[in-house]
Amino acid sequence: MNERIHPTRRRVLQGLAGAAALNALPLRAQAGEPLKIGLILPMTGPFASTGKQVSAACRLYVQRNGDTVAGRKVDLIVKDDAGVPDTTKRIAQELVVQDKVHVLAGFGLTPLALATAPVATEAKVPMIVMVAATAIIPTRSPFIVRSGFTLPQVTGPVADWAAKNKIRRVYTMVTDYGPGLDAEKAFHARFKAAGGEIVESVRTPLANPDFGPFVQKVKDKAPDALFVFVPSGQGLAVMKQFEERGLRQAGIRMIGTGDVTDDDLLESMGPPAVGVITSFHYSAAHDSPENKAYVDAFGKANGGLRPNFHSVGGYDGMHLIYEAVKKTGGKGSGEELVNAMKGMSWTSPRGPVTIDPTARDVVQTVYLREVKMVGGKPWNVEFDKFDNVKPQEG
Amino acid sequence: MVGNFIGVLFDGVAYGSLLFVISIGLSVTMGLMNFVNLAHGAFAMVGGYACALLMTRAGMPFLATLPVAFVVAAVAGIALERTLYQRLYKATHLDQVMFTIGVVFMAVAATTWVFGPSQQPVRLPEFLRGQVKVAGVGFGAYRLFLVAVVAAITVALHLTMTRTRFGAQVRAAVDNPVAAAGLGIDVNRVFGVTFALGSGLAGLGGALGIDVLGLEPTFPLKYMVYFLLVVAIGGAGTIKGGLVAAMILGICDVAGKYYVPQIGSFIIYFLMVALMIAFPAGLYGRRS
Amino acid sequence: MADAAETVADRAAPRAPGAALVPRLPDARWRPAEVVFWLAVVAAYFVFPKHHVIGSQILITGLFALSLDLILGYAGIVSLGHAAFFGMGAYAAGLLAVHGWGEPVSGLAVAALAGAATGYLTSFLVVRGSDLARLMVTLGIGLMLFEAANQLPSITGGADGLSGVAMWKVLGAWSFGMTGSTAYVYSGVVLFALFVVARRLAASPFGLSLRGVRENVKRMPAIGAPVARRLVAVYTISAAMAGVAGGLLAQTTQFVGLDVFGFPRSADLMIMVVLGGAGRLYGGLVGAAVFMIAHHWLSDVNPIYWQFWLGLLLVLVVLFARGGILGAIEALRGRRGMQR
Repeated sequence: MNERIHPTRRRVLQGLAGAAALNALPLRAQAGEPLKIGLILPMTGPFASTGKQVSAACRLYVQRNGDTVAGRKVDLIVKDDAGVPDTTKRIAQELVVQDKVHVLAGFGLTPLALATAPVATEAKVPMIVMVAATAIIPTRSPFIVRSGFTLPQVTGPVADWAAKNKIRRVYTMVTDYGPGLDAEKAFHARFKAAGGEIVESVRTPLANPDFGPFVQKVKDKAPDALFVFVPSGQGLAVMKQFEERGLRQAGIRMIGTGDVTDDDLLESMGPPAVGVITSFHYSAAHDSPENKAYVDAFGKANGGLRPNFHSVGGYDGMHLIYEAVKKTGGKGSGEELVNAMKGMSWTSPRGPVTIDPTARDVVQTVYLREVKMVGGKPWNVEFDKFDNVKPQEG
Repeated sequence: MVGNFIGVLFDGVAYGSLLFVISIGLSVTMGLMNFVNLAHGAFAMVGGYACALLMTRAGMPFLATLPVAFVVAAVAGIALERTLYQRLYKATHLDQVMFTIGVVFMAVAATTWVFGPSQQPVRLPEFLRGQVKVAGVGFGAYRLFLVAVVAAITVALHLTMTRTRFGAQVRAAVDNPVAAAGLGIDVNRVFGVTFALGSGLAGLGGALGIDVLGLEPTFPLKYMVYFLLVVAIGGAGTIKGGLVAAMILGICDVAGKYYVPQIGSFIIYFLMVALMIAFPAGLYGRRS
Repeated sequence: MADAAETVADRAAPRAPGAALVPRLPDARWRPAEVVFWLAVVAAYFVFPKHHVIGSQILITGLFALSLDLILGYAGIVSLGHAAFFGMGAYAAGLLAVHGWGEPVSGLAVAALAGAATGYLTSFLVVRGSDLARLMVTLGIGLMLFEAANQLPSITGGADGLSGVAMWKVLGAWSFGMTGSTAYVYSGVVLFALFVVARRLAASPFGLSLRGVRENVKRMPAIGAPVARRLVAVYTISAAMAGVAGGLLAQTTQFVGLDVFGFPRSADLMIMVVLGGAGRLYGGLVGAAVFMIAHHWLSDVNPIYWQFWLGLLLVLVVLFARGGILGAIEALRGRRGMQR
C-alpha cells in the first residue's frame, strides 16, 4: 500500500499543498470586509482566570467602542488553548488558514507566545501579545506588538524604593519560569546597584501547592523585606502564608511586582495585604476618569468583578487594533497595521501608554502603590510614579 | 537550627494530616471494591465549595461549615455511588479510570460555570490565625488545629474499625468480599456506607484545606497525583498505611522545599519511585 | 474487495526470508475494514484541506496512542508516564534541529533512539509490580524528567520552551508550512510505516507471548517464555515509537514545551487508548481521533466549558459502550451474527 499509493499521492499532494499555501496567505484587507480578530487564551486549566479577565476586557472594548471600525464589522473569535504551546500554535495556524483572521491576539504565557511567533511571521499577521511578559518576546517576530508589560519594566521602581526606605537586606522569591527569572534578575541588579544586599533567593515551582515551607525559610533568615513575584492567581496563597507565619510581626515587609496583589484576588486577600508595597503599571484604583469609567463598566458587565492588569493588556490591545485599522483607512495589510501601531500613544485606563517604534513593546508609567483599605476594601493605592519606563529597563 | 527542624517537621505533619483525611476514603474504597476512583478529589472540592459559600454568602462561622462540608460531600458521594458507580464495580480498571476522569472533567467545568475560575477566599476566625509560641518555636495556630482535628478523626476511625460491628463488617469485606457475603454481611450496604463516609471525609478535608491547598475548579486534577500517592504508598484498604504514607509525603515535601528548594520536587517523585519499587503492594498492602 | 485487500496486504507486510516456515497467523491478513480505515486517512487529506494541522496532530497522537497500546493492551502494563518517552523524543529531535541538523527523517531516528534508551533503562523498574505500583513508578519517572527539563534551561529552554527548531525540507522537497499539509502527509506516512511494524509484531509469536503474559503471568514461565525479557523488549519498542511521536510533534510544530513531559499528556493518552478500545492496535488510533476531534469541536463551540461535554462523552462511552468504541462495535457485530 505504501509503495503503490505514495508516488502519485505525493505529486497530487504537492500540488494541493501549494494551492493551500497560496490560499493561506492573508489577502490585503478589503474595506467593508469584516475585521477578524483571533483571540487565543487559556480559558480552562490553572490560568483560566487570566483568560476570563482578558476576554472580558476585549468584549468590553467592542461594546464601548462599537463593533464596527473604519466601516468594518469586528468579529472577535475566542479560542481556548488550555495553556499548551502546540495547541496555541495549531489554533493560530487554523485561525490563519481557515478563518483568515487579520489579527492574532491574546497569549497567556511566554511559551505560548514563543511557539506562535513563527506563524505571525510567515502569515504576515500582526500578533498582539496581551499577557505574556518575558522581555524577549517581541524579538521573535517583526509582527509582534505587545500591549501588556514586561517584568524588567515594572520591577525597577520597587527596588529603588526599597533601597531608599531603609530596607538593606532582601530575600527574593520568584516563580520558576521566564517572567519570574526576569523579575529576579532585574530586582537583584537594581537593588544591588542601590547598595542593597540579597540575603538569598528561591525559585518556586510553577505548579505549586503550598508556599508554607518557602515562606517559613524567609522568616528564619529574617531579612528586612521579602520580594515576591508569582503569576496572577497565586498571590492569595503567598499572602496567607505570610500572614499565618507572622512575618509582619517579625518585622519583615512584603514588596513585589503588582502580580502578588493582583486586583482579581485583592478583595479575597483582605486586611493581611494592607501595607504591601508594589510597583506596577496598573491598579484598579488608578485615579483618572478613564479608569473610573473602565472599572465601572467592567464590573457592570462581569457581575462586580474587578479588572486586573491582564484585563488592561487586553483592553489596550483592542485599542491598538482599532486605531491601526482606522489609521490605515480599514484597508491595511498586516505589515501596514504593525507599522501603524509603531509609535502610537494614547491614554489608557492605566495612564499614558506609547508603543516603542523599534522594540514594538509598550512604554508606560510605572507606579509605586501601597495596599490600603478604602471604603472597607483593600486597593492598590498609587503614591509615586515613574514616567515613560522602557520595556527593557531593569 | 533544631527549632527550624521541629518547625519543618510540624508543618510536614500538618500537611500530611490534610492529605490523609482527603485520601483515606479513596484508600478504603479501593481496598474494598477494588474500584479506582480518580474523581475522589471532586468530593473534596464539593466540601471546599460548600464551606466557602456558606462563609461568604450566608455568613456562617468557619467551624460551623465543617460538618456541613462533610454532609454535603457524603450525600454527593452516596448519590453518585448508588446511581452510577455501582454499575462499574465489575468493569475493568481501565474503564473505571476513564469513567471517573470523565466525572472529573464534568466537575471542573461545572464548578467553573457556577463559581468562576478564581481562587475562593476564606477568612479564618481570629483565634485560628497567627502563631502560637511553644518553647521558642512558632507553630501556626491553624496547623495546630488541623493536626488536632485529624488526630481526633483518626482515633474515631480506628475505634470504629476495631470496636464496632460495622467496622468488623468492613474489615471482613476488604479481606474477602465473597466469604463476607456468604456469612450474611450485606457487602453492598457496607460499601455504600463506607463510600459515603470516605466522600464525607474528603469533603471535610477539602474545607479544612482551603487555607493550605487553595480552592479553584482545577483542584481535583491538581491534587490527583498526591491522593493516588497516599493510596499507592500506603497500600489500598488500610487506614494505618494511608496515615504513614501521608505523613512521609507531607514531611518530605515540606522538608525538601525548605532545605533544598532547587530539587524540592524531585525528592517527592524519587521517593515515590523508590518506595513503589521496594514495596510494590504499598507499605501495608496485602494485595498486589 | 477482500481479494484486493489481500494483495495489498502481501505487499505491505512482506514476509522476511525464513519467516515462511512460521505458520501464517490469520491475524496477519489485512481485513477490508482496515483498508477502509487507511483509505479514510488518505481521503481526509482531500476532504478537509483546511484541517491539516489538527489532522497532523491527530496522526501524531495516534502514533503515541499506538505505542501505549502495545504495552497496555498487549502486555498489560498500565502506564501514566508514557509522556516520558514522548518528551525525550521531542527534545532529542528539537535539540538536534536547534543545533544545526534540521533533516527530519534522521531527526526521527534520533528521537526513536532517545525514546528507546529511556525506555530500556526504565523498563527494569516497571516489569515488576502490581498495576498501581506500575502506575506510580511510570508517573514518577515522567514527573522527574519534567523537573529535569525544567531545571536545565540552558539546554531545554526551561519553562519558556525550546524555540528556534528550524527544520529542513522533508526529503529535500517539502517544507513544513502554515497549512500543515506537509506535516499531515509526513506524519501519516510515518504512522503507517510504524503501524505495519506494530501489526506484524502483534501477530508474531512474540506478540502472542505478550498476550499470554497479560492473561496469566504465572503460567508463562512454565511454557518456557522469559517474561521479564519479553516485557523489557516490548517496553523498549513502545518507548521508541513514543519517541518518534514526540519527534514528529517537535518537528511539525517547531517548538518543544515542557508540557511534552506533563502528566496531563500521559493521562489523556491513556484515556484515548481506553476510549478507542485497548489491545486492538486500531483502538489507540480511533480513540485519539475521536478524543481530539471532540475536544477540538467542543472547545470551538464553547471555549470555556467544553470539558463538561468531553467528560460526558467519556462517561457515556463507559456506561453504554464497554471496551471502548471498537469493543462496542465488535459486540454489536457479535450480536448481529448471533441473530443470523
